[in-house]
Amino acid sequence: MNKLLTAALAASLTATAAYAESVKIGFVTTLTTPAAVIGKDMENAVNLAVEHLGGKAGPLDIEVIFGDDQFAPEAGKQATDKLVKQDNVDFVAGYIWSHVLLASRKSVVDADKILISANAGPSQMAGKLCDKNYFSTSWQNDQTPMAMGEVLNKAGVKSLYLMAPNYAAGKDMTAGVERTFTGEIVGKDLTKWGADAQLDFSAELAKAKASGADGLFVFYPGAAAGAFVKQYQQAGLKDTLPLYSVFTIDGISLPKLQQAGFTDALGSKITQEWDPSLDNAANQKFVGDFKEKFGTYPSFYAAQSYDAIMLIASAVAAVDGNLEDRDALRAAVKAADFESVRGNFKFGTNNMPVQNFYLREVVEDADGNWTTKVVDTVYTDHVDSFAAECSMN
Amino acid sequence: MDTSLLFIQTLNGLQLGLLLFLVASGLTLVFGILDFVNLAHASLYMLGAFICASLTYAVGNFFLAVLIALPITALLGWGAERFVARPLYARDHLDHVLATFGLILVLDTAAHLIWGPEGIAVPLPEAFRGQIELSETLVIPTYRLVIIAAGLAAAGGLYWMVVHTRLGMLIRAGASNRVMVGALGINIELLFGLVFALGAALAGLAGMLIAPITEASIGMGNQVIITAFVVIIVGGIGSMKGAFIAALLIGLIDTLGRSFLDDIFKLVMSPDAAENSAPAISAMLIYIIMACVLALRPQGLFPPKVR
Repeated sequence: MNKLLTAALAASLTATAAYAESVKIGFVTTLTTPAAVIGKDMENAVNLAVEHLGGKAGPLDIEVIFGDDQFAPEAGKQATDKLVKQDNVDFVAGYIWSHVLLASRKSVVDADKILISANAGPSQMAGKLCDKNYFSTSWQNDQTPMAMGEVLNKAGVKSLYLMAPNYAAGKDMTAGVERTFTGEIVGKDLTKWGADAQLDFSAELAKAKASGADGLFVFYPGAAAGAFVKQYQQAGLKDTLPLYSVFTIDGISLPKLQQAGFTDALGSKITQEWDPSLDNAANQKFVGDFKEKFGTYPSFYAAQSYDAIMLIASAVAAVDGNLEDRDALRAAVKAADFESVRGNFKFGTNNMPVQNFYLREVVEDADGNWTTKVVDTVYTDHVDSFAAECSMN
Repeated sequence: MDTSLLFIQTLNGLQLGLLLFLVASGLTLVFGILDFVNLAHASLYMLGAFICASLTYAVGNFFLAVLIALPITALLGWGAERFVARPLYARDHLDHVLATFGLILVLDTAAHLIWGPEGIAVPLPEAFRGQIELSETLVIPTYRLVIIAAGLAAAGGLYWMVVHTRLGMLIRAGASNRVMVGALGINIELLFGLVFALGAALAGLAGMLIAPITEASIGMGNQVIITAFVVIIVGGIGSMKGAFIAALLIGLIDTLGRSFLDDIFKLVMSPDAAENSAPAISAMLIYIIMACVLALRPQGLFPPKVR
């Protein structure tokens, strides 16, 4: 029996050696806990991207290994370490959560692997902690709420109440809207976050209403979004305290909100760098095929994950599959020569995208599904506020 | 601080406290009376929420779904007693913890397989979606009052059952001396199975009531079980009265802490420092209370008289 086992092991080892003609991509996201709903969307988008590429990046086969961060920084770092050390991947992509990315960052860039965030955009990593091995296909956290701040100024909102989860991104988000909003911030609540996140916001909503603010700005990604919007509607705040959100009402929460009949979501305004209605060939193909395959509109998480795989594939193709020359590979990633679902895509000095931010509105599509459409462009080719702090200038 | 806000926050705290009591009462029955540590108790809270959510879509009415889901969760609780707890009564607490922790993983995974990772939003009947206006500044979501009423009714029913019925008498007697009750010809195994089922139904009810607010999601029980343990430790393990008072206390402290701590901190420190420290301290508040109670009264505030 032991001999058989050894033989099998030896056979499998030689088998992997024979398959070395592939590019290995580690993809870290949340596959358990309620936040797995985001992870699933990202996983679907990654698989769709690989399918669209025919499983090939230049001359190499694409091999994706998924890692689960369990919605916790320590588990995320462990999953990353496994991908870097044990699986010896060439790229590590993914990351929904800023605190997970911050915890995992060092493991990847110190091993001289290329790290690509498909969502999280902590301010530190755009500025002081920027790195030649770190790229993003999303945004810096502050940018989307900054765009919302501009929208609020235009709409004549004079005072604002802020609510966000108490972690790295929650703090960046409130800082972002405070950076551009010219009115008064009358109150701010940071609520407990993580696997034991607070999901009942009755106390905070009562405070927000009592504050007499003109509007309520929130950031509640993932499963918390549905809970928040429901309680907002149950509290009957739509007329007295209009809701302005970022990363809360999205492709993930909308189908559930529609199913449960929470009509307050319709007409709400959100800012984002991407939208399913963006009119370019890559996006039409992505959204169409995603809908056909998985039955729902892709979320922005999916769009950014799709772009991450396309970016990697373009870079691997540009160096003709030679992953050993890291400088050439990094230069090829930085060139970003791929068809992005958001139209033009280019990196700034700190390897963060320089891109447009749109104002979107929640609407019902022709088939009766709730989705979003672009109503305005808030920023054109926006550079994040931390680029100047990055030493790669 | 304006009084109407304080009133609303007190109601919010009461609502949270009553939900905690529904979970903690079952936990304290099983832990205090059967001497069994059931970490998976709150998994029934999650299953209750999911079953009720699915039934709401199937039968088209939330309250009807609750009525059907209650006996189902009780049956699941009975099954957990029969197949997981009963073989382990004679073993020590560490074995209980290991087995029931395993049960949490099994049930979370089962829920993942059956309902998927995304959770289910539960629609309410039209009549309970609105708000009740008590005055110009006093507006309360109707459904919050429904939760308070349901929680009080369940607590009252439980009190009546434990104190005034034969079953309640047997539960109390079985806890004091199970050998003696057995010798009197009472089927102790059946009795303990019923206690487990009752605890499961109460936890399930809490999950069903919270589902229209936060939606049914995997792992939602793991958030509440720790607080439920805090409640029964503060109240005195095995004491229903203790669980009730401690649950309301913890619910109020948690809610009021979240609402007013930053304002209080602003009196003694800079607004920035208050804003940053208040969320952290309010998250710790209930554990600080537990530590104080343990230091002053290790047996809890209202320990049962006969142990």
